[in-house]
Order: sequence, then C-alpha cells, then structure tokens
Amino acid sequence: MNDEHDILDEPSPVEPALDNLGQPTKPPVRTRAGDITRPTNELAVGEGDVRTAERGEGEYIVGTSLWRDAWKRLLKNKLAVFGLVVVVIITVTCLLGPPILKAITGFDYAYIPSDSALTKSFPPFTAPDGSFSWLHPMGTDNAGRDILARVLLGGRISLMVGIISTIVSLIIGVSYGATAGYLGGKVDDVMMRIVDVLYSLPYIILVVVLLAMFGGKSPLSQLVLLFIALGAISWLTMARIVRGQVISLKNQEFVTAARATGVSTGKIIFRHLVPNTLGPVIVYATLTIPQVMLSEAFLSFLGFGVQAPLASWGSLANDGVQNIAIFPWQLIFPGVTMALALFSLNFLGDGLRDALDPQMRKV
Amino acid sequence: MSSRNGNILEVRDLRTYFQTEDGSVKAVDGIDFVLKRGETLGIVGESGSGKSVTNLSIIRLIPDPPGKIVSGEIIFDGQDILLLPTEEVRKIRGKRIAMIFQDPMTSLNPFMRISKQLMELTELHLGYTKDQAYEHAIKMLDMVGIPDARARVDSYPHEFSGGMRQRVMIAMALSCQPELLIADEPTTALDVTIQAQILELIKSLKQETGTSVILITHDLGVVAGMTDHIIVMYAGKVFEQARTRELFATPGNPYTKGLLRSVPDPTSEHGALYQIPGLPPDVAHLPPGCPFAARCERAEDICRKEFPPFVALTPDHHSLCHFAEEVYATSQRELSARGGRQEQVLDLE
Amino acid sequence: MLRFIVRRLIITVPMVIIVVSLTWGLIRLAPGNFYTGEKRIPPAIEQNLREKYGLNKPWYVQYGKMLKNTLMLDFGTSLKYEGQSVGSILARSLPVSATLGLLAYLLALVVGVTAGTLAALKQNSRLDYASMALAMLGISLPNFVLGPLLVLIFSLSLFWLPPTRWGGFPSVNLILPVLTLSAVYMAYIARLTRSGMLEVLRADYIRTARAKGLSEREVVLRHALRGGLMPVVSYTGPALAFLIAGTVVVERIFVYPGLGTYFLNACLNRDEPLIIGIVAFISISVLIFNLLVDIAYGFIDPRIRY
Repeated sequence: MNDEHDILDEPSPVEPALDNLGQPTKPPVRTRAGDITRPTNELAVGEGDVRTAERGEGEYIVGTSLWRDAWKRLLKNKLAVFGLVVVVIITVTCLLGPPILKAITGFDYAYIPSDSALTKSFPPFTAPDGSFSWLHPMGTDNAGRDILARVLLGGRISLMVGIISTIVSLIIGVSYGATAGYLGGKVDDVMMRIVDVLYSLPYIILVVVLLAMFGGKSPLSQLVLLFIALGAISWLTMARIVRGQVISLKNQEFVTAARATGVSTGKIIFRHLVPNTLGPVIVYATLTIPQVMLSEAFLSFLGFGVQAPLASWGSLANDGVQNIAIFPWQLIFPGVTMALALFSLNFLGDGLRDALDPQMRKV
Repeated sequence: MSSRNGNILEVRDLRTYFQTEDGSVKAVDGIDFVLKRGETLGIVGESGSGKSVTNLSIIRLIPDPPGKIVSGEIIFDGQDILLLPTEEVRKIRGKRIAMIFQDPMTSLNPFMRISKQLMELTELHLGYTKDQAYEHAIKMLDMVGIPDARARVDSYPHEFSGGMRQRVMIAMALSCQPELLIADEPTTALDVTIQAQILELIKSLKQETGTSVILITHDLGVVAGMTDHIIVMYAGKVFEQARTRELFATPGNPYTKGLLRSVPDPTSEHGALYQIPGLPPDVAHLPPGCPFAARCERAEDICRKEFPPFVALTPDHHSLCHFAEEVYATSQRELSARGGRQEQVLDLE
Repeated sequence: MLRFIVRRLIITVPMVIIVVSLTWGLIRLAPGNFYTGEKRIPPAIEQNLREKYGLNKPWYVQYGKMLKNTLMLDFGTSLKYEGQSVGSILARSLPVSATLGLLAYLLALVVGVTAGTLAALKQNSRLDYASMALAMLGISLPNFVLGPLLVLIFSLSLFWLPPTRWGGFPSVNLILPVLTLSAVYMAYIARLTRSGMLEVLRADYIRTARAKGLSEREVVLRHALRGGLMPVVSYTGPALAFLIAGTVVVERIFVYPGLGTYFLNACLNRDEPLIIGIVAFISISVLIFNLLVDIAYGFIDPRIRY
C-alpha cells in the first residue's frame, strides 16, 4: 500500500517530480560501502524482481500527465475498450432512443393499443397476423406494449438509479473516509469501527423491509427512496478506500505546507486531500455503478423497486419471468441487455483500475 | 570434462533476455566465468547489472515469460544444465545447488512451520523419513547457531528476527550438503552487526563443508575478505574479472576503480565520499558504445562509438575497456606510490 | 483466542438489538397497519384487533416486549399464518434455504478455486482469458435472468430437468436452483483465487520453494494455495450476506418454501412477528458466521493473533 499513492496521484506542483519509473525521485542514498542505490527503484530488470519488467512501467515519460498515461494504457486493453464502447452505445441509445422510436413507430413505453386484439404478447418481428414486421423488434408484452420502448426506458431508469445512487454513496463515503483519515486517532478508530459493524449487517434485508413498508406511494417517490436506500448501503467500501488514501497523503509536504499557512481543516480535506484521491475513487465508483444496478434489479425483481408504469431492467425481467414458458422474449431482451450493460461496465471498471494503478489488481 | 579439471561450474556466453512492453531487455548479455571446486566467487555490481539474473539462470529459475535464457552453456559438474530436462534440473536444485536469497523476511513461507520447511528438502532429495528429517532439521538449526533449536524448530517464520531467519535460510540451503551455494545479497536486508555475523557464518560453514560458493553483492566491502575471485558486472556484461587481491590492488577498469573509490576508507580523514556520477543505464536502450561511457571519467570518443574489447591483462585478469592496459598501468603506479596500502581495504571485513 | 470469541459473542447482542430495533421502527413508522393492509375496517372491529395485538399500549411498552421476546428468542406467532409460531416456521423453512445455500457455496468453492488456480498458473493463456471472461459473465448476469434462462433451456426445451418445486435432498430438483445461486459466487471466487494466486506466485517464498527442487505441483499445493486463498476466506463473510439475498430470488423463481419466500410474504403482509423473527435470525447467523470466518483466518495465517 505504501507506494500506491505515488502512482495514482495527479502530479501537483508541490509534489516531487516523477522519474522514469513513475515514482518520486529519491536522492541517491549511500550505503555503508558507498554504493549508490536508490531504495525504491531499480532498473527494469533488477535483483530478480521480474515483476517490474512485466508491468512495463518503464513507459512513464517524464512530464506527461498520469491521466494521459492511464488513458493510453486503457486504450491498449481490448476488453476495457469494448466495455467503454458498449457502455457509450447503450447510454446514448437509451437517452436518444425513445423520442426517435416514438417518431418512427409511434410507440412509447406506456402506449397500450386500444384495439383489444392487440393487447397481448407478440413475438419479435411479428405482426398481429403472424407475418414478418419491423414494428416490434423485441415483440410486445401482455398489454401489447412495445418491449423495445420499455427496454429503452428501463435502461434510462436503471442507469439513472446506478449513477445517482453511486453519487450518493460517493458523497457519503468520501466525506466520511476523508474525515476519519485526516482526523486520525480516536475519532478515526470510532468511525472505522462503525464501518466494520455496518459491514457485517445484512443491510439488503433491511432495505427490503424499508421499501416494503414505505414504498409504493407513487412511482416517483419510490425512485427517490431507491436512490437513497441504495446509496446509503454502498458507501462503506468507498469510505475505507478514501480513508486509506488520505492517511498516506496527509503527511506529505503539500499538506504540511497548507497547514502551516493556516488553511482550515475542512479546506485541507476537501481542497487538498480529496482531489488527490481521485484515481481510486473513480475506479471504485465505476465498479459501484453495476453493483447498484444489480441491487436495484434485485429489488425491482422482488417487486419492491421501480413501479409501473415506469420500468427498469429488473422490473421488466420480473414481468418476463411470469411468462417464461410462453413468452420467453419478455425476459430475454431486458435480461440480456442488462447483462450486457453490467458486463461492459465491469470490464470498463477493471480496465480503469489496471490503467490507473497497475499494482491494485484485486477483484 | 570439467569435473576432472576441478571446475564445479563453467558459464559460457550466457544470455538471458526479458521481453517487456519496452522491448527486449538484455539483462545478462554474454557472460563467461569459471568456478573451481571449493572456491568462492564474488559477483559485484549495482542494481540492475544482471548479477541476480545470472544466478537465477544457473538453476533455471528465470520466470518464463517474460524471461528467457537465449543462449549459452551452464556446465555444472560436467553437465550442461541448460540441456537437461526440467525433472533433472529439479533434482539438482536444493540438493546440489542451493540458494540463499536477499530478503529473509519474505523468502520463508509465512504459513508453514520452520521444521516443515526444512524437512521438505531432506525428505525430497535424501529420502529421509519424517523422524530423520525432523532430527536433521534440528541439527541444521543448531549448526547455524540458533540457540535452543529443538524448542524453536516448530516456530513460524514471523516468530524469528531477520538475522535468525537468514540463519534458517542458510540451514535450509545447506541441508543436503550442496556442492554449490549461491548467496544472493545475503546480508543486504540485515542490520550492520548482523551482516558481519551472517558473513562469518557462511565463511566458517564453507570451510567445514568444502562447498563452493557464489556470493552476489553490490558491496565490495562484503566480498573483500570472503572470495577468491571477483567478477564485476555492469549492464549485463562482465566488466572485469580477477583474483580478489589483484582486483583490489590493481583494478584494470575505470568502473571498478570508481566502485573501489566509493568504499569508505576508515584511515582517510576528509569525509567526502566519492560517488560515481549518474545512474546505471536503462538496459533496454543501451547506447552503441561502452555502456559505462556516459558515467566514465576516462571516456573518449571511441568509447561512445565502439563497444570495448575484453582485454586480458594477465592470464587471470580481464577487463572490458578500450583503455584497459592504460588503466591497469596507472593502478600499478598508484599501488607502488602508496606502498601497498591497498591492504587497508582488504582488511575491512 | 477464547477472550476474542467471548468478546465477539457479547458484541453480537447489541448488534442484533440495533438491527431488530431498526426493523421494528420501520414497520411501526410506516403508515397503516397489518390489518389495514387491504380493506377499511369498521372502528369497533379495529378496536378489538388493537386490543388483541396489544397495539393500544404505549409504544415503549410494545417495544420493550418485542425486545424481551427477541432476546428470549421467542418471536410469538405469525399474523399471516395464523396459529403457527415463528419458531416453527423458521424450523420448517431453514433446512430448505440452508441446503440450497450450502450446496451452492460448496459448488462455487470447488469450481471457483480450481478455475482460479488454473487461470493463475497459466496466466495470459487462452484458458485464463476464457475462464475470466466466463467469470465476468457470471458476475454480470443477474441470477433472476440466469435462473429462468436455465429453466427455459433445460426444462422447457430439452426436458432434462424438472423446472420448479422443492423435492427434498438429494433430488434432481436441486440442480438448477443450486446452479443459479452458485454462478455469481463461482465467478467471484474464481477471480479472487486468480488474483490471490498471482500475487502469491510472485512472492519470494515461492521462489525459495522452487529453488528447493519441488515440483510445480508441490509448489502450488503446499506453498502457494494457502496464501493464495486468503482473499477467498475473507470473502466468505460478505458472501453469506449476499447468499441470503440470492436465496430470496432463487426461492421465488423455483417456488421453494424457504426462508426467503417466507420473508418476502412477511414483508408483503406486514407480518411483524415473522419479519422480526427472520431478520433477527439472519443477523445472528451472519454475525456468528463472520466470527467463524475470523477464527478460521487465525488458524490459516499463524501471524494473526487475537
């Protein structure tokens, strides 16, 4: 952990310059025999430490920003690029798709045909008379609603829940972790003990109880409840990560300098420390989004999440499961779209982590 | 056969390269040396000079990928290790060639009792039963000077201090009475007082068992009192090789001279220590000429353009330098001017 | 060690109290009541019901009674399943969920550790890429999509396996639910094992083991596996919490009369005693399980002392 921050920090003027291995240059240290050794760095292949060579960290070039380097490394990772492309495609489609669809076919997520002959589930690409038709590429649900329109809406809501809840968890986790890490001592002990305790609680069960008791008043209030509930249970790991980062940063010179010039504690935490934890925070936030989306889908699948006429991928899957034997497309389209989105987000998150910190390769 | 000519190990034109994103790194690039039975060879060089890679190559422990022994011969007791099947190499590792690594804190398995880690060797190579192996483990710990060995043999590594762990490593290495012991920076990670003890231990055990030793270090002070021969490595190449006494008295290479000047001299009053300017080169991107040219005081145009020759100064003393003869001659002049004061350095250890 | 265990067991009590209180608070603070769930009830009958369930006493009396009952592990009778005690419902449904969860976790452990180890040993090989892509798929495919898909393929199309219903143990009915529940953990464990093993295989002590002349097999089994599996061990705690959530889904898909199904019904019906009973039971098992994992950790890593 001790040299992790060296790689992740955005270089700021007060920090030591980076040498060609991407670690702060330390002045050569003379050992007893006067041999010049640099304690942390060795050449690409030195002293049998082949890891250094394997990681290929020799790529750091003096003066280029770490973010640009990370971006370059990310682009080299095929799976991450695949993830990025698919995430962008899905997001753009979900955002722009519904109005376009409405303009072309006239369907939106809530449109129920008035003709009772049409209020039933048709397979994909099938017209009511059984012939081929472009009208419903994903078929229709039991009420005759266009599944494509509903999957697009589901995507909007699922992504929105994922992003907003992650932001909620970010706000809580970063403030909590940074405060604990910066203040240290007893305060830190107590704050982290609380996190430990919360870690061992079956909180998803409590969320189910919460939603079951308070949910269901209106689709919109249900959504807000979801954001808060999911954000409130996802901040623990974020708090731990930020705390660790802050602890390793707070004794560095630029913080001492800020303190010496009389900058207030709050300002030091949020102006000086938090921006420097950005790397791992971004990585973890990227990985939190699919987790939150999964939790949302889990709750919606159980009927405690997003409510009709709104839909999320989870609630659509729930509708689909009821009819799996006769109308499998009702489950397959939302389910597979969701899996694809989560798959891509996970690959992107993994890739970001490897790109921002080659040493932090954990699950 | 080399076993008959008294050589336990002959390394010929060894080249070990690593494939990295940055291109091929020639960690070891054409090394030759010979180790006679019962003698001690010192390999000296800065970090990244290829000394550790050389020794991992000898027992074929270079992680592949990314590393690869590209060419060469490693003739151990008449057999070329590079031509042996893996099975046969395994029978040599730990039994006939043993290694001690740099960091005793991480080189022992933290999850396993010391006894088990020692017993593994004799059970595997000598076919000992559990009881025999256990007794042997205690005997070995006793031999390397661990007090109350019987009581401590079942400890875990974390219950031992760094120096004690290095003693355990040595006990492990000597368990099967190897013919060759490779000690890779055995004292670098230890406190100064412990360093001397460990070196003394290796020295006395070597005398007892008659094992040949290769001692790798970046510290000329360490090899001074320990070795018969020294090779100085730089950027994957042998820069100089000679008998220890000769190398210290009359070095024939500017790099060696620089290393020697940076050894602190207790008799010198003015404290400013010499330091070779610059840093070791990036082995992935070596310049065409002498790899040391950029840091060398003696460098001329030819050094930056042409790769230097390996000059034989005496039958036993070679130096990789365009001006080897000249440097050697200067060293001899300096030696006679000083009236043999080089002994000072030799007595350091 | 013993002091550590006792201390942890003592901490369990306030933690269960916190969880149960939170649950009780949520139920009570929510508008409405068990009996106002669906229809309007005449005031006279409501008065009777309030008396019957002790709802006309002050809140702290009710809260105190609930806490006392919880600490005595006597949760009373269910409101929905009239005449059945919460204890008997737990006793009936637990074996179903436990069988499901245990089998799924064992399967995940065996497959995940094997796949992760092989992937680490053959890093960057095709096997590595394939198993890691599969693992990523396992993590990304929600179990409520995977389950019905499996049913669709193996029951409704190929007719190899029965689609639903609890059939006791052992039974072919278990195959699909266990597979569905197991997939995510398999994937996680494979990834954890792989990264753990990769880290350990680079450790100095593995180089020492190789230098001893041990075969690659012995190096992995005797020296690497123990350290490499540490992340998997520490994942066991969180895994249980998620496993419980997973069983809720799987039991719903496959119509199993397990703890999850009862919990869902209890929530939907505001069956207060049953909700509190199940929440308390789950909290206690999660806490005890975490304690067991910590103890196991101490046995595996001799450096840890309590």
